[in-house]
Amino acid sequence: MFLAMQPGTAMATINSSSAESGTSAVAQVEARVRDVLSAHAQLQGVIDSLAGSTSLYEHGMTSRASVTVMLALEGEFEIEFPDAMLRRDVFESLDAITRAVCELLAGR
Amino acid sequence: MTLTGDRVSGSSIWSITLPRSQLVQTLERVAIDVARPAAYDVDKHARFPSETVHVLREVNALGAAVPQELGGGGSPLLELARMCTALSTGCAASGMVLAMHHIQVLSLARHHGGNREVKRYLERVAAEQRLIASVTSEVGPSGDMRQSVAAVQSIAGDGYSLEKHATTISYGAHADDLLITARKNEKTVPSDQVLVLAQRGQYELSDVGTWDTLGMRGTCSPGATVRARGESWQVLDTPFGYVATLTMVPVSHVLWGAVWLGIASDAMSRAQVMVRKKARANPGVVPRAAQKLTEVAAKLQMMKNEVHSLAAEHDALHAANDVTWLSSLPFALKINNLKLSASRLVVEITQDALQICGIEAYKNNSQFSVGRNLRDACSAGLMIHNDRIVQTNESLLLVQKGT
Repeated sequence: MFLAMQPGTAMATINSSSAESGTSAVAQVEARVRDVLSAHAQLQGVIDSLAGSTSLYEHGMTSRASVTVMLALEGEFEIEFPDAMLRRDVFESLDAITRAVCELLAGR
Repeated sequence: MTLTGDRVSGSSIWSITLPRSQLVQTLERVAIDVARPAAYDVDKHARFPSETVHVLREVNALGAAVPQELGGGGSPLLELARMCTALSTGCAASGMVLAMHHIQVLSLARHHGGNREVKRYLERVAAEQRLIASVTSEVGPSGDMRQSVAAVQSIAGDGYSLEKHATTISYGAHADDLLITARKNEKTVPSDQVLVLAQRGQYELSDVGTWDTLGMRGTCSPGATVRARGESWQVLDTPFGYVATLTMVPVSHVLWGAVWLGIASDAMSRAQVMVRKKARANPGVVPRAAQKLTEVAAKLQMMKNEVHSLAAEHDALHAANDVTWLSSLPFALKINNLKLSASRLVVEITQDALQICGIEAYKNNSQFSVGRNLRDACSAGLMIHNDRIVQTNESLLLVQKGT
């Protein structure tokens, strides 16, 4: 986390040598995020069909649950969210969270 | 641009040392001339401080938080805090009524989302000096204001209806209008909430309970069932979770802290007078109580600094439209710490003043009485219960990396 972040190069690494594996790398992250949400976000309804841009707060994720999600994500991906990223909008939706996790993975 | 834990613009720090505004000075006079003389009776009979609220209307205090472009005072949070402190030195119940009202006004003023009808309503708040009460508590969720059972029902055509069983509504019977939290609709989850405005004539309170409490007796806050009906625009578009995080919670903690600061300041003043009295009786000898007084003065300064610096920081962030930092976890932690700290200090300072003044402060209705101060101060750890806030902070500290 304290290393200089080079999102450009690292994202290129995640996106790898072909467009196909690049898409699937992000998709893999998203799938794991979805699992974490399923286990910890205390959302009503089915997580599998949750659209990427749906507001998690409006579907039952309380502030307390969002903290549990943060911790679970840090454990799952072995990342740390810096204080600057501990904001409501970062955890607003599956898409937002996936973006944030990818950014941190890229900078590692 | 980097975010740091103490992100405050230079000018806002120095605003703490600016002289008190005209409005704050006016409220200091109101505290001495109107609020304090009535406070004994207000407390004894647990009645609404109507004479003080009447004067607040006369001096346009109820419109202070309405933006200037809508005909209000446009006061920043620091000024609103000072108003509440000033009034609370005379009567804490009056100060709390003013604080709760400002919280509702700011919640509307900052989150109307451009809605013309809401803006027109705010103009009326300023022009008519309308008093707004908050209906956030509920049977079931109790003190957890981020969950609701009651849901907004849409009326075919245009409008809403709502029924809510509130456990406590401060000055509900004496307000003009109510700002109510509820679930967005019957089908949604408890945390998917909206704010609903109900104006005088649009609601009724029934099954009203009693309010016979240790302190804050003049806030008249019994529970009640609220039945309301109004127009669609009165259901705010902005999700309540957003309003709560950005405005209602930080403003509540700052303004409650300001009220408690008034209680503590008044207690300290009495202690100072007592020590001075003893010093005059024996010139050349520093009274024993002077040592305790220095400790109290230090605590009061800590309390004042905390309330004012958070108020100034919130003002700076709001002025810079820094939603990012305002909605951040570290800021939420600071705001919670303010509430915890101020609620404990007000009790400590008041108890210290009792010790300093001795038996004269223990008696009621004497020049040095701090009985009402202490009883009012005891409400601080219960509104919202500190255990709830500590629990939240525990979670927040699990993820916060900085200090």
